[in-house]
Amino acid sequence: MSSVTESGGSGLLAWIDARFPLSKMMREHATEYYAGKNFNFWYVFGVLAMVVLIIQLITGIFLTMNYKPAAADAFASVEYIMRDVEWGWLIRYMHSTGASAFFIVVYLHMFRGMLYGSYKKPRELLWLIGMLIYLALMAEGFFGYLLPWGQMSYWGAQVIISLFGALPVVGDPLVEWIRGDYNISDITLNRFFALHVIAVPLALVMLVVMHILALHETGSNNPDGIEIKENKGADGIPVDGIAFHPYYTAKDLVAIILFLMAFSAVVFFAPEMGGYFLEHANFEPANMLKTPEHIAPVWYFTPFYAILRAVPNKLGGVILMGGAIFVLFLLPWIDRSKVKSIRYRGWGFKAPLAVFAVSFVALGVLGTLPAEGVYTTLARIFSFLYFGFFLYLFIYTGSEKGKPVPERLTYHG
Amino acid sequence: MSEDTGLSRRRFLAVATSATAAVGAVFVATPFVASWKPSARARALGAPIEVDISKLEEGALMKVTWRGKPVSILKRSPAMLERMEASDVELRDPDSEVEQQPGYARNEFRAIKPEVLVIVSSCTHLGCVPTSRFEVAPADLGPDWVGGFFCPCHGSKFDLSGRVFAGVPAPTNLVVPPYRYADENTLVIGEDTEVAA
Repeated sequence: MSSVTESGGSGLLAWIDARFPLSKMMREHATEYYAGKNFNFWYVFGVLAMVVLIIQLITGIFLTMNYKPAAADAFASVEYIMRDVEWGWLIRYMHSTGASAFFIVVYLHMFRGMLYGSYKKPRELLWLIGMLIYLALMAEGFFGYLLPWGQMSYWGAQVIISLFGALPVVGDPLVEWIRGDYNISDITLNRFFALHVIAVPLALVMLVVMHILALHETGSNNPDGIEIKENKGADGIPVDGIAFHPYYTAKDLVAIILFLMAFSAVVFFAPEMGGYFLEHANFEPANMLKTPEHIAPVWYFTPFYAILRAVPNKLGGVILMGGAIFVLFLLPWIDRSKVKSIRYRGWGFKAPLAVFAVSFVALGVLGTLPAEGVYTTLARIFSFLYFGFFLYLFIYTGSEKGKPVPERLTYHG
Repeated sequence: MSEDTGLSRRRFLAVATSATAAVGAVFVATPFVASWKPSARARALGAPIEVDISKLEEGALMKVTWRGKPVSILKRSPAMLERMEASDVELRDPDSEVEQQPGYARNEFRAIKPEVLVIVSSCTHLGCVPTSRFEVAPADLGPDWVGGFFCPCHGSKFDLSGRVFAGVPAPTNLVVPPYRYADENTLVIGEDTEVAA
């Protein structure tokens, strides 16, 4: 070993370090990446999302080894995986449960951002990249749901693709272009498979890398919403910061274990989750001549589906549904308050945020129910509250006076 | 050497190169984008189909698939046509002004022969298949119902000519596909009737 490195050492690590910035990256992103010392449980969902991503990638790769992306074979190949492939049922249930788990942790991760103002300057781009991840995740969920080629796969895709038909002029040709046929067919299934297993996952992984790079550039926010970098000690390290590794990796490990316990419980004892994770209608092969009595998307899309149905006009419904997602992109500019954390904001923020959270959940529940009578009325009320929150927030935060923000991190709450 | 390093010239060359590359990128993207259009095989499978309707009884409906979509052929009885005419349900487009049918089917009963309705059973809202509800005044659809099509997905209602009711999510009447009669009892779906000039 004759190679000389930056530390002048020798051995395998030194040999690598002279050729690849391994130790340097470890320092920058783990052992010398400082985060506020007061993280609470809300700060575990980012890491959990990474864990789920890895579960999905690995189980997904193994599912493709037995799945056949053709209309004639798809449904049977899924049953084959469930019945004949050794442990195939486990791999598939991990993947289907992983899809729902992904959205659970991502929704909580996003709500954490809203609680502590993690999208505010200087983290606007971090939030935008995160929103792109969310969009990619929805696309991934949507494409993946067609693959089992069950009744709900087929008709869910039919409904969602038809949404684009509401656009004036380009609508119909666009729908035909997406399907590649005059109706959803083998061709559609085959291309959705390609998008689901390579195009979107590739984009997702790249976006996740960008998300983490952006995070490590600005530094993590914390439950007090103050910048720890503004208060550094003589050694140049934030006085309120602790190294991500080993301190937060140890904390995250606890969260990961608890999460995996809950995850396993679902996989083993309730993989269908009463029809919410795997819908009952999807145990019947796709039949293009018969629509199921009641169509509802999987639970993670239902808030937006409820908004779509609340509008008695096709184009209007589509625009409002798109708007419900798009408005989240604008959040860093809608919330004009200088105070980041909910801890130092008044009831003028807390109460409406609670109303928003309740509206989102209520819309999610309504989206699973038939659009009739009182449900439609409720969906309209909650849609109004959903959008009203953002309008209110923009106006209110123009003159919001928060409580005094402390100089140093605190441990309450 | 002069002080002039040709900055403006370099900038021009950079912009010109980028613009050329952008045009090239559009050309390269074209085959990829176009590959998503219905393929030759899909178009061939979307060819017109012949349907024998000689065994279709009055009041009965048969379904065939054309281009992967369910097409319903309903032989309406005189009583059905009368009930439809007499109904005073409010329709969104009673005179079929929106082009959801070929010109030769733009008439009172949206059909070439009044008794034979040919229609794509795909709700104009979000593409579900409307169910056939030909009974009069069933409990769930109310006393004004004289028979028609009901979409279970989002509750859109259509009359026996596929005309959409007012106040339901579907924006337009059901689509009448292009079709012609090859002879008395044979329909060709997917091919237009030649209109005598």
